[in-house]
Amino acid sequence: MSLLAGFLAAIGRVVLGWLAATGRIALFTGETLLHMVRPPFYFREFGAAVLNVGYFSLPVVGLTAVFTGGALALQIYSGGARFNAEAVVPQIVAIGMVRELGPVLVGLMIAARVTSSIAAEIATMKVTEQIDALVTLSTHPMKYLTVPRVLAGLITVPVLVGIGDIIGIMGGYLVGVNRLGFNPASYLQNTVDFLELRDIISSLVKGAAFGVIATLMGCYFGMRSGRGAQGVGAATKSSVVAAAVLILAANFLLTQAFFFQ
Amino acid sequence: MITLDNIHKAFGPNKVLQGVDLTIPKGESMVIIGGSGTGKSVTLKCILGLIQPDEGTITVDGQNAAKGDREAFLTRFGMLFQGGALFDSLPVWQNVSFRLLRGALKRPKSEAREIAIEKLRRVGLKPEVADLFPSELSGGMQKRVGLARAIAADPEIIFFDEPTTGLDPIMAGVINDLIREIVTEMGATAMTITHDMSSVRAIADHVAMLHDGRVQWTGPIAGLDTADDAHVQQFIHGRATGPIAAIR
Ligand SMILES: Nc1ncnc2c1ncn2[C@@H]1O[C@H](COP(=O)(O)OP(=O)(O)OP(=O)(O)O)[C@@H](O)[C@H]1O
Ligand SMILES: [Mg+2]
Repeated sequence: MSLLAGFLAAIGRVVLGWLAATGRIALFTGETLLHMVRPPFYFREFGAAVLNVGYFSLPVVGLTAVFTGGALALQIYSGGARFNAEAVVPQIVAIGMVRELGPVLVGLMIAARVTSSIAAEIATMKVTEQIDALVTLSTHPMKYLTVPRVLAGLITVPVLVGIGDIIGIMGGYLVGVNRLGFNPASYLQNTVDFLELRDIISSLVKGAAFGVIATLMGCYFGMRSGRGAQGVGAATKSSVVAAAVLILAANFLLTQAFFFQ
Repeated sequence: MITLDNIHKAFGPNKVLQGVDLTIPKGESMVIIGGSGTGKSVTLKCILGLIQPDEGTITVDGQNAAKGDREAFLTRFGMLFQGGALFDSLPVWQNVSFRLLRGALKRPKSEAREIAIEKLRRVGLKPEVADLFPSELSGGMQKRVGLARAIAADPEIIFFDEPTTGLDPIMAGVINDLIREIVTEMGATAMTITHDMSSVRAIADHVAMLHDGRVQWTGPIAGLDTADDAHVQQFIHGRATGPIAAIR
Protein backbone atom coordinates (compact mmCIF):
# COMPACT_ATOMS: atom_id res chain seq x y z
CA MET A 1 0.00 0.00 0.00
CA SER A 2 2.67 2.45 1.06
CA LEU A 3 4.66 1.35 -1.96
CA LEU A 4 1.75 2.29 -4.19
CA ALA A 5 1.30 5.60 -2.40
CA GLY A 6 5.01 6.33 -2.83
CA PHE A 7 4.78 5.47 -6.51
CA LEU A 8 1.76 7.72 -7.03
CA ALA A 9 3.43 10.50 -5.07
CA ALA A 10 6.48 10.24 -7.30
CA ILE A 11 4.32 10.52 -10.42
CA GLY A 12 2.48 13.45 -8.86
CA ARG A 13 5.75 15.23 -8.13
CA VAL A 14 6.90 14.81 -11.71
CA VAL A 15 3.58 16.12 -13.06
CA LEU A 16 3.62 19.08 -10.69
CA GLY A 17 7.21 19.77 -11.68
CA TRP A 18 6.19 19.78 -15.34
CA LEU A 19 3.26 22.08 -14.69
CA ALA A 20 5.45 24.49 -12.73
CA ALA A 21 8.05 24.46 -15.51
CA THR A 22 5.37 25.12 -18.12
CA GLY A 23 4.18 28.09 -16.08
CA ARG A 24 7.69 29.47 -15.71
CA ILE A 25 8.40 29.10 -19.42
CA ALA A 26 5.11 30.85 -20.23
CA LEU A 27 6.04 33.70 -17.89
CA PHE A 28 9.51 33.91 -19.43
CA THR A 29 7.97 34.04 -22.90
CA GLY A 30 5.61 36.81 -21.83
CA GLU A 31 8.44 38.76 -20.29
CA THR A 32 10.47 38.40 -23.49
CA LEU A 33 7.58 39.72 -25.59
CA LEU A 34 7.16 42.66 -23.24
CA HIS A 35 10.82 43.60 -23.48
CA MET A 36 10.72 43.24 -27.27
CA VAL A 37 8.42 46.21 -27.64
CA ARG A 38 10.04 48.46 -25.04
CA PRO A 39 13.24 50.41 -25.61
CA PRO A 40 16.17 50.37 -25.34
CA PHE A 41 16.99 48.08 -28.25
CA TYR A 42 20.44 46.61 -28.63
CA PHE A 43 21.07 46.55 -32.37
CA ARG A 44 24.68 45.38 -32.15
CA GLU A 45 23.68 42.35 -30.12
CA PHE A 46 20.88 41.66 -32.59
CA GLY A 47 23.33 41.78 -35.48
CA ALA A 48 25.68 39.38 -33.74
CA ALA A 49 22.78 37.03 -33.01
CA VAL A 50 21.64 37.09 -36.64
CA LEU A 51 25.13 36.02 -37.71
CA ASN A 52 25.35 33.33 -35.07
CA VAL A 53 21.85 31.89 -35.38
CA GLY A 54 21.40 32.35 -39.09
CA TYR A 55 24.49 32.83 -41.17
CA PHE A 56 26.81 30.41 -39.39
CA SER A 57 24.10 27.74 -39.43
CA LEU A 58 23.99 27.72 -43.22
CA PRO A 59 26.58 24.97 -43.77
CA VAL A 60 24.99 22.52 -41.37
CA VAL A 61 21.51 23.26 -42.75
CA GLY A 62 22.70 22.81 -46.33
CA LEU A 63 24.41 19.50 -45.61
CA THR A 64 21.48 18.14 -43.65
CA ALA A 65 19.02 19.11 -46.37
CA VAL A 66 20.99 17.82 -49.35
CA PHE A 67 21.54 14.36 -47.85
CA THR A 68 17.98 14.11 -46.62
CA GLY A 69 16.54 15.13 -50.00
CA GLY A 70 18.75 12.57 -51.74
CA ALA A 71 17.83 9.76 -49.35
CA LEU A 72 14.16 10.69 -49.59
CA ALA A 73 14.26 10.34 -53.39
CA LEU A 74 15.82 6.89 -53.11
CA GLN A 75 13.28 5.76 -50.50
CA ILE A 76 10.27 6.97 -52.42
CA TYR A 77 11.55 5.39 -55.59
CA SER A 78 12.16 1.99 -54.02
CA GLY A 79 9.00 2.15 -51.91
CA GLY A 80 6.93 3.44 -54.81
CA ALA A 81 8.20 0.57 -57.00
CA ARG A 82 6.10 -1.82 -54.89
CA PHE A 83 2.94 -0.42 -56.45
CA ASN A 84 4.35 0.98 -59.67
CA ALA A 85 4.40 4.56 -58.41
CA GLU A 86 8.07 5.39 -59.03
CA ALA A 87 7.04 8.44 -61.01
CA VAL A 88 5.84 10.39 -57.94
CA VAL A 89 9.39 10.96 -56.66
CA PRO A 90 9.52 14.71 -57.52
CA GLN A 91 6.13 15.43 -55.98
CA ILE A 92 6.69 13.49 -52.76
CA VAL A 93 10.22 14.84 -52.29
CA ALA A 94 8.85 18.35 -52.68
CA ILE A 95 5.97 17.88 -50.30
CA GLY A 96 8.03 15.90 -47.79
CA MET A 97 10.84 18.42 -47.71
CA VAL A 98 8.75 21.59 -47.70
CA ARG A 99 5.97 20.56 -45.38
CA GLU A 100 7.79 18.35 -42.93
CA LEU A 101 11.44 17.45 -43.16
CA GLY A 102 12.79 20.89 -44.06
CA PRO A 103 11.36 22.71 -41.03
CA VAL A 104 11.78 19.82 -38.58
CA LEU A 105 15.36 18.99 -39.49
CA VAL A 106 16.41 22.62 -39.60
CA GLY A 107 14.65 23.16 -36.26
CA LEU A 108 16.44 20.21 -34.69
CA MET A 109 19.80 21.26 -36.13
CA ILE A 110 19.23 24.75 -34.70
CA ALA A 111 18.36 23.18 -31.35
CA ALA A 112 21.63 21.24 -31.46
CA ARG A 113 23.80 24.08 -32.69
CA VAL A 114 22.24 27.29 -31.42
CA THR A 115 20.19 26.36 -28.35
CA SER A 116 23.15 24.59 -26.79
CA SER A 117 25.54 27.45 -27.45
CA ILE A 118 23.12 30.09 -26.19
CA ALA A 119 22.40 28.09 -23.03
CA ALA A 120 26.07 27.42 -22.32
CA GLU A 121 27.03 31.03 -22.95
CA ILE A 122 24.31 32.56 -20.79
CA ALA A 123 24.76 29.95 -18.06
CA THR A 124 28.48 30.70 -17.92
CA MET A 125 27.67 34.39 -17.70
CA LYS A 126 25.32 33.63 -14.84
CA VAL A 127 27.83 31.47 -13.00
CA THR A 128 30.63 34.03 -13.33
CA GLU A 129 28.34 36.87 -12.14
CA GLN A 130 28.34 38.54 -15.56
CA ILE A 131 24.54 38.68 -15.46
CA ASP A 132 24.71 40.42 -12.09
CA ALA A 133 27.29 42.79 -13.54
CA LEU A 134 24.93 43.59 -16.44
CA VAL A 135 22.20 44.47 -13.97
CA THR A 136 24.47 46.76 -11.96
CA LEU A 137 25.41 48.47 -15.23
CA SER A 138 21.71 49.35 -15.67
CA THR A 139 21.31 46.89 -18.52
CA HIS A 140 18.39 44.49 -18.38
CA PRO A 141 19.61 40.95 -19.15
CA MET A 142 16.32 40.13 -20.88
CA LYS A 143 16.73 43.08 -23.22
CA TYR A 144 20.45 42.65 -23.77
CA LEU A 145 20.68 38.86 -24.02
CA THR A 146 17.27 37.29 -24.62
CA VAL A 147 15.45 39.70 -26.94
CA PRO A 148 18.19 39.95 -29.62
CA ARG A 149 18.61 36.17 -29.74
CA VAL A 150 14.90 35.37 -29.89
CA LEU A 151 14.31 38.01 -32.56
CA ALA A 152 17.21 36.58 -34.56
CA GLY A 153 15.63 33.12 -34.27
CA LEU A 154 12.25 34.46 -35.37
CA ILE A 155 13.69 36.13 -38.45
CA THR A 156 16.55 33.93 -39.60
CA VAL A 157 15.23 30.42 -39.04
CA PRO A 158 12.39 30.77 -41.59
CA VAL A 159 15.02 31.89 -44.08
CA LEU A 160 17.15 28.88 -43.18
CA VAL A 161 14.12 26.63 -43.62
CA GLY A 162 13.43 28.15 -47.03
CA ILE A 163 17.03 27.53 -48.04
CA GLY A 164 16.88 24.03 -46.56
CA ASP A 165 13.71 23.27 -48.54
CA ILE A 166 15.34 24.36 -51.79
CA ILE A 167 18.57 22.48 -51.13
CA GLY A 168 16.62 19.39 -50.08
CA ILE A 169 14.64 19.46 -53.30
CA MET A 170 17.91 19.91 -55.19
CA GLY A 171 19.29 16.85 -53.38
CA GLY A 172 16.28 14.87 -54.53
CA TYR A 173 16.69 16.28 -58.02
CA LEU A 174 20.36 15.31 -58.22
CA VAL A 175 19.62 11.75 -57.14
CA GLY A 176 16.50 11.58 -59.29
CA VAL A 177 18.23 12.78 -62.42
CA ASN A 178 21.63 11.12 -62.04
CA ARG A 179 20.72 7.89 -60.33
CA LEU A 180 17.07 7.18 -61.05
CA GLY A 181 16.93 8.38 -64.62
CA PHE A 182 14.36 11.19 -64.36
CA ASN A 183 14.22 13.82 -67.04
CA PRO A 184 15.71 17.03 -65.54
CA ALA A 185 13.20 19.47 -66.98
CA SER A 186 10.11 17.43 -66.14
CA TYR A 187 11.44 16.72 -62.61
CA LEU A 188 11.58 20.44 -61.91
CA GLN A 189 8.29 21.09 -63.68
CA ASN A 190 6.55 18.43 -61.59
CA THR A 191 7.98 19.89 -58.39
CA VAL A 192 6.90 23.43 -59.18
CA ASP A 193 3.44 22.42 -60.40
CA PHE A 194 2.74 20.27 -57.40
CA LEU A 195 3.67 22.63 -54.56
CA GLU A 196 0.93 24.92 -53.27
CA LEU A 197 1.38 28.29 -51.64
CA ARG A 198 0.01 26.85 -48.43
CA ASP A 199 2.84 24.26 -48.33
CA ILE A 200 5.43 26.99 -48.52
CA ILE A 201 3.72 29.25 -46.00
CA SER A 202 3.38 26.39 -43.52
CA SER A 203 7.07 25.65 -43.96
CA LEU A 204 8.11 29.21 -43.17
CA VAL A 205 5.68 29.61 -40.28
CA LYS A 206 7.03 26.41 -38.76
CA GLY A 207 10.53 27.81 -39.20
CA ALA A 208 9.62 30.98 -37.33
CA ALA A 209 8.00 29.03 -34.51
CA PHE A 210 10.95 26.64 -34.20
CA GLY A 211 13.39 29.54 -34.29
CA VAL A 212 11.62 31.17 -31.38
CA ILE A 213 11.43 27.91 -29.44
CA ALA A 214 15.10 27.09 -29.97
CA THR A 215 16.44 30.49 -28.95
CA LEU A 216 13.97 30.97 -26.11
CA MET A 217 14.87 27.61 -24.55
CA GLY A 218 18.56 28.44 -24.74
CA CYS A 219 17.99 31.74 -22.95
CA TYR A 220 15.54 30.32 -20.41
CA PHE A 221 17.72 27.44 -19.25
CA GLY A 222 20.85 29.58 -19.38
CA MET A 223 19.32 32.24 -17.14
CA ARG A 224 18.16 29.61 -14.67
CA SER A 225 21.47 27.80 -14.54
CA GLY A 226 22.65 26.39 -11.22
CA ARG A 227 26.07 27.16 -9.84
CA GLY A 228 29.38 25.92 -11.16
CA ALA A 229 30.41 23.86 -14.18
CA GLN A 230 27.78 21.26 -13.32
CA GLY A 231 25.10 23.92 -13.47
CA VAL A 232 26.24 24.98 -16.94
CA GLY A 233 26.26 21.36 -18.14
CA ALA A 234 22.79 20.68 -16.79
CA ALA A 235 21.39 23.90 -18.26
CA THR A 236 22.80 23.07 -21.69
CA LYS A 237 21.42 19.55 -21.67
CA SER A 238 17.96 20.60 -20.48
CA SER A 239 17.76 23.38 -23.03
CA VAL A 240 18.49 21.09 -25.99
CA VAL A 241 16.08 18.40 -24.79
CA ALA A 242 13.30 20.92 -24.15
CA ALA A 243 13.87 22.66 -27.47
CA ALA A 244 13.82 19.39 -29.43
CA VAL A 245 10.68 18.08 -27.73
CA LEU A 246 8.85 21.39 -28.03
CA ILE A 247 9.82 21.70 -31.70
CA LEU A 248 8.40 18.27 -32.46
CA ALA A 249 5.24 18.97 -30.48
CA ALA A 250 4.79 22.35 -32.15
CA ASN A 251 5.35 20.68 -35.51
CA PHE A 252 2.47 18.32 -34.86
CA LEU A 253 0.16 21.14 -33.77
CA LEU A 254 1.09 23.37 -36.71
CA THR A 255 0.68 20.54 -39.21
CA GLN A 256 -2.75 19.90 -37.76
CA ALA A 257 -3.62 23.58 -37.93
CA PHE A 258 -2.46 24.04 -41.51
CA PHE A 259 -3.72 20.92 -43.22
CA PHE A 260 -6.60 19.56 -41.18
CA GLN A 261 -8.80 22.56 -40.57
CA MET B 1 23.46 57.66 3.15
CA ILE B 2 22.76 53.96 3.00
CA THR B 3 20.97 52.21 5.84
CA LEU B 4 20.39 48.53 6.36
CA ASP B 5 17.72 47.69 8.87
CA ASN B 6 17.40 44.19 10.25
CA ILE B 7 18.43 42.37 7.04
CA HIS B 8 17.91 38.62 7.00
CA LYS B 9 18.88 36.24 4.22
CA ALA B 10 19.01 32.46 4.19
CA PHE B 11 19.89 30.06 1.38
CA GLY B 12 17.89 26.98 2.31
CA PRO B 13 19.07 25.93 5.75
CA ASN B 14 22.12 28.20 5.54
CA LYS B 15 21.19 31.33 7.50
CA VAL B 16 23.69 33.83 6.17
CA LEU B 17 22.43 37.20 7.35
CA GLN B 18 20.47 37.25 10.62
CA GLY B 19 19.63 40.85 11.32
CA VAL B 20 22.26 43.16 9.85
CA ASP B 21 21.92 46.80 10.92
CA LEU B 22 24.35 49.22 9.36
CA THR B 23 24.57 52.86 8.32
CA ILE B 24 27.01 54.18 5.74
CA PRO B 25 27.18 57.99 5.87
CA LYS B 26 27.23 59.88 2.58
CA GLY B 27 30.67 60.70 1.20
CA GLU B 28 32.49 58.37 3.55
CA SER B 29 34.34 55.15 3.20
CA MET B 30 33.03 52.10 5.02
CA VAL B 31 35.10 48.96 5.15
CA ILE B 32 33.48 45.61 5.92
CA ILE B 33 35.65 42.95 7.45
CA GLY B 34 34.77 39.50 8.62
CA GLY B 35 35.64 35.84 8.19
CA SER B 36 35.32 34.07 4.89
CA GLY B 37 31.73 33.01 4.20
CA THR B 38 30.09 35.35 6.71
CA GLY B 39 27.96 37.05 4.06
CA LYS B 40 29.91 40.17 3.15
CA SER B 41 29.39 39.74 -0.59
CA VAL B 42 25.76 38.79 0.01
CA THR B 43 25.28 42.06 1.94
CA LEU B 44 26.51 44.14 -1.01
CA LYS B 45 24.31 42.19 -3.42
CA CYS B 46 21.30 42.79 -1.20
CA ILE B 47 21.83 46.54 -1.36
CA LEU B 48 22.07 46.38 -5.17
CA GLY B 49 18.94 44.22 -5.34
CA LEU B 50 20.80 41.31 -6.96
CA ILE B 51 19.68 39.19 -4.02
CA GLN B 52 16.32 39.79 -2.35
CA PRO B 53 16.61 39.86 1.43
CA ASP B 54 14.06 37.67 3.23
CA GLU B 55 13.35 40.37 5.74
CA GLY B 56 14.38 43.94 6.54
CA THR B 57 14.62 47.19 4.60
CA ILE B 58 17.43 48.96 2.80
CA THR B 59 17.22 52.66 2.09
CA VAL B 60 19.48 54.88 0.01
CA ASP B 61 19.12 58.58 0.82
CA GLY B 62 15.83 57.80 2.52
CA GLN B 63 14.40 55.94 -0.50
CA ASN B 64 13.53 52.28 -0.25
CA ALA B 65 16.04 50.50 -2.50
CA ALA B 66 13.60 47.74 -3.44
CA LYS B 67 11.02 50.14 -4.91
CA GLY B 68 11.03 52.45 -7.91
CA ASP B 69 12.96 52.44 -11.19
CA ARG B 70 15.77 49.90 -10.82
CA GLU B 71 17.76 51.01 -13.84
CA ALA B 72 17.81 54.65 -12.78
CA PHE B 73 18.63 53.60 -9.22
CA LEU B 74 21.58 51.54 -10.41
CA THR B 75 23.08 54.30 -12.55
CA ARG B 76 24.19 55.86 -9.25
CA PHE B 77 26.22 52.77 -8.38
CA GLY B 78 29.47 51.21 -9.40
CA MET B 79 30.36 47.68 -8.37
CA LEU B 80 33.55 45.67 -8.46
CA PHE B 81 32.66 41.98 -8.18
CA GLN B 82 34.83 39.64 -6.18
CA GLY B 83 35.51 37.52 -9.27
CA GLY B 84 35.81 40.48 -11.66
CA ALA B 85 32.72 39.44 -13.68
CA LEU B 86 34.13 40.92 -16.89
CA PHE B 87 32.19 40.29 -20.09
CA ASP B 88 34.44 37.85 -21.88
CA SER B 89 32.84 38.54 -25.27
CA LEU B 90 33.93 42.19 -25.21
CA PRO B 91 37.43 43.72 -25.36
CA VAL B 92 38.75 45.38 -22.23
CA TRP B 93 37.95 48.94 -23.23
CA GLN B 94 34.33 48.08 -24.03
CA ASN B 95 34.08 46.38 -20.67
CA VAL B 96 35.32 49.49 -18.91
CA SER B 97 33.10 51.88 -20.85
CA PHE B 98 30.11 49.51 -21.04
CA ARG B 99 27.84 52.04 -19.43
CA LEU B 100 29.11 54.87 -21.63
CA LEU B 101 28.35 52.97 -24.83
CA ARG B 102 24.62 52.45 -24.20
CA GLY B 103 21.67 53.62 -22.19
CA ALA B 104 21.20 56.89 -20.34
CA LEU B 105 24.90 57.78 -20.16
CA LYS B 106 25.66 56.99 -23.80
CA ARG B 107 28.28 59.09 -25.56
CA PRO B 108 30.33 58.89 -28.78
CA LYS B 109 32.49 55.82 -29.17
CA SER B 110 35.78 57.69 -29.40
CA GLU B 111 35.02 59.60 -26.23
CA ALA B 112 34.00 56.43 -24.40
CA ARG B 113 37.25 54.82 -25.46
CA GLU B 114 39.29 57.76 -24.21
CA ILE B 115 37.57 57.59 -20.85
CA ALA B 116 38.20 53.85 -20.70
CA ILE B 117 41.90 54.34 -21.36
CA GLU B 118 42.10 57.06 -18.73
CA LYS B 119 40.38 54.82 -16.14
CA LEU B 120 42.69 51.95 -17.06
CA ARG B 121 45.65 54.24 -16.43
CA ARG B 122 44.27 55.07 -13.01
CA VAL B 123 44.24 51.40 -12.03
CA GLY B 124 47.79 51.02 -13.31
CA LEU B 125 47.11 49.44 -16.70
CA LYS B 126 48.74 50.50 -19.97
CA PRO B 127 46.67 51.66 -22.95
CA GLU B 128 47.76 48.53 -24.88
CA VAL B 129 45.58 46.47 -22.56
CA ALA B 130 42.47 48.21 -23.94
CA ASP B 131 42.20 46.02 -27.02
CA LEU B 132 42.87 42.69 -25.35
CA PHE B 133 40.10 40.36 -24.24
CA PRO B 134 39.59 39.58 -20.54
CA SER B 135 40.74 35.98 -21.02
CA GLU B 136 44.14 37.29 -22.15
CA LEU B 137 44.77 39.03 -18.81
CA SER B 138 46.20 37.78 -15.52
CA GLY B 139 43.91 37.51 -12.50
CA GLY B 140 45.18 40.72 -10.94
CA MET B 141 44.83 42.58 -14.25
CA GLN B 142 41.24 41.38 -14.59
CA LYS B 143 40.53 42.63 -11.11
CA ARG B 144 41.87 46.05 -12.01
CA VAL B 145 39.81 46.15 -15.22
CA GLY B 146 36.77 45.37 -13.07
CA LEU B 147 37.76 48.27 -10.84
CA ALA B 148 38.13 50.57 -13.84
CA ARG B 149 34.65 49.51 -15.00
CA ALA B 150 33.20 50.23 -11.56
CA ILE B 151 34.48 53.80 -11.58
CA ALA B 152 34.08 54.50 -15.32
CA ALA B 153 30.86 56.51 -15.09
CA ASP B 154 31.96 58.37 -11.93
CA PRO B 155 29.22 56.87 -9.74
CA GLU B 156 28.13 58.43 -6.45
CA ILE B 157 28.22 55.14 -4.60
CA ILE B 158 30.88 52.53 -5.20
CA PHE B 159 31.13 48.99 -3.87
CA PHE B 160 34.44 47.17 -3.98
CA ASP B 161 34.43 43.45 -3.22
CA GLU B 162 38.02 42.62 -2.28
CA PRO B 163 39.74 45.12 -4.60
CA THR B 164 43.30 44.21 -3.64
CA THR B 165 43.05 40.42 -3.41
CA GLY B 166 45.50 38.85 -5.83
CA LEU B 167 47.50 42.05 -6.40
CA ASP B 168 51.17 42.61 -5.61
CA PRO B 169 51.86 44.96 -2.67
CA ILE B 170 52.74 47.91 -4.89
CA MET B 171 49.62 47.56 -7.00
CA ALA B 172 47.57 47.09 -3.82
CA GLY B 173 48.97 50.41 -2.64
CA VAL B 174 48.00 52.07 -5.93
CA ILE B 175 44.45 50.76 -5.61
CA ASN B 176 44.16 51.81 -1.95
CA ASP B 177 45.22 55.33 -2.90
CA LEU B 178 42.76 55.34 -5.78
CA ILE B 179 39.83 54.37 -3.57
CA ARG B 180 40.81 56.98 -1.02
CA GLU B 181 41.06 59.57 -3.80
CA ILE B 182 37.64 58.72 -5.21
CA VAL B 183 36.09 59.27 -1.80
CA THR B 184 37.92 62.46 -0.86
CA GLU B 185 38.09 64.15 -4.26
CA MET B 186 34.87 63.04 -5.91
CA GLY B 187 32.87 62.86 -2.71
CA ALA B 188 31.69 59.33 -3.46
CA THR B 189 30.33 56.97 -0.85
CA ALA B 190 32.38 53.78 -0.81
CA MET B 191 31.80 50.39 0.70
CA THR B 192 34.77 48.07 0.52
CA ILE B 193 35.12 44.46 1.54
CA THR B 194 38.67 43.43 2.31
CA HIS B 195 40.70 40.95 4.30
CA ASP B 196 43.85 42.99 3.99
CA MET B 197 44.45 44.95 7.20
CA SER B 198 46.80 47.45 5.56
CA SER B 199 44.03 48.16 3.05
CA VAL B 200 41.55 48.65 5.88
CA ARG B 201 43.81 51.26 7.46
CA ALA B 202 44.46 52.99 4.14
CA ILE B 203 40.86 53.15 2.94
CA ALA B 204 38.48 53.25 5.87
CA ASP B 205 36.69 56.09 7.61
CA HIS B 206 34.54 53.52 9.37
CA VAL B 207 34.85 49.81 9.85
CA ALA B 208 32.16 47.21 10.40
CA MET B 209 32.85 43.63 11.30
CA LEU B 210 30.38 40.95 10.24
CA HIS B 211 30.14 37.81 12.31
CA ASP B 212 27.42 35.17 12.71
CA GLY B 213 25.05 37.02 10.42
CA ARG B 214 25.19 40.29 12.35
CA VAL B 215 27.36 43.36 12.67
CA GLN B 216 29.63 42.35 15.51
CA TRP B 217 31.34 45.71 15.85
CA THR B 218 31.29 49.01 14.04
CA GLY B 219 33.08 52.27 14.62
CA PRO B 220 35.56 54.78 13.22
CA ILE B 221 38.90 53.43 12.01
CA ALA B 222 40.69 55.22 14.87
CA GLY B 223 38.85 52.98 17.32
CA LEU B 224 39.69 49.70 15.61
CA ASP B 225 42.91 48.90 17.45
CA THR B 226 41.48 49.73 20.84
CA ALA B 227 38.09 48.09 20.19
CA ASP B 228 36.89 46.27 23.23
CA ASP B 229 35.74 43.22 21.31
CA ALA B 230 37.44 39.87 21.36
CA HIS B 231 36.25 39.03 17.81
CA VAL B 232 37.75 42.20 16.38
CA GLN B 233 41.00 41.71 18.23
CA GLN B 234 41.30 38.13 17.04
CA PHE B 235 40.56 39.17 13.47
CA ILE B 236 42.94 42.13 13.20
CA HIS B 237 45.78 40.20 14.77
CA GLY B 238 45.04 37.09 12.77
CA ARG B 239 45.05 34.72 15.73
CA ALA B 240 44.00 31.13 15.11
CA THR B 241 42.45 30.86 18.57
CA GLY B 242 39.69 33.04 20.00
CA PRO B 243 35.93 33.43 19.84
CA ILE B 244 35.84 32.99 16.04
CA ALA B 245 36.07 29.30 15.19
CA ALA B 246 38.77 28.33 12.71
CA ILE B 247 36.47 25.84 10.99
CA ARG B 248 33.35 27.36 9.51
N1 LIG C 1 23.53 32.49 -4.66
C1 LIG C 1 23.78 31.75 -3.57
N2 LIG C 1 23.15 30.58 -3.37
C2 LIG C 1 23.37 29.84 -2.27
N3 LIG C 1 24.24 30.17 -1.29
C3 LIG C 1 24.92 31.31 -1.42
C4 LIG C 1 24.73 32.17 -2.57
N4 LIG C 1 25.53 33.24 -2.42
C5 LIG C 1 26.19 33.07 -1.25
N5 LIG C 1 25.82 31.92 -0.64
C6 LIG C 1 26.29 31.44 0.66
O1 LIG C 1 26.27 32.53 1.55
C7 LIG C 1 27.38 32.49 2.42
C8 LIG C 1 28.08 33.83 2.41
O2 LIG C 1 28.63 34.05 1.13
P1 LIG C 1 29.44 35.37 0.77
O3 LIG C 1 29.87 35.23 -0.65
O4 LIG C 1 28.65 36.56 1.13
O5 LIG C 1 30.68 35.27 1.73
P2 LIG C 1 31.81 36.36 1.98
O6 LIG C 1 31.63 36.89 3.36
O7 LIG C 1 31.83 37.34 0.87
O8 LIG C 1 33.10 35.44 1.97
P3 LIG C 1 34.52 35.67 1.27
O9 LIG C 1 35.29 36.56 2.18
O10 LIG C 1 35.10 34.31 1.23
O11 LIG C 1 34.27 36.27 -0.07
C9 LIG C 1 28.23 31.33 1.99
O12 LIG C 1 27.99 30.27 2.90
C10 LIG C 1 27.72 30.97 0.62
O13 LIG C 1 27.79 29.58 0.45
MG1 LIG D 1 32.90 37.58 -0.79
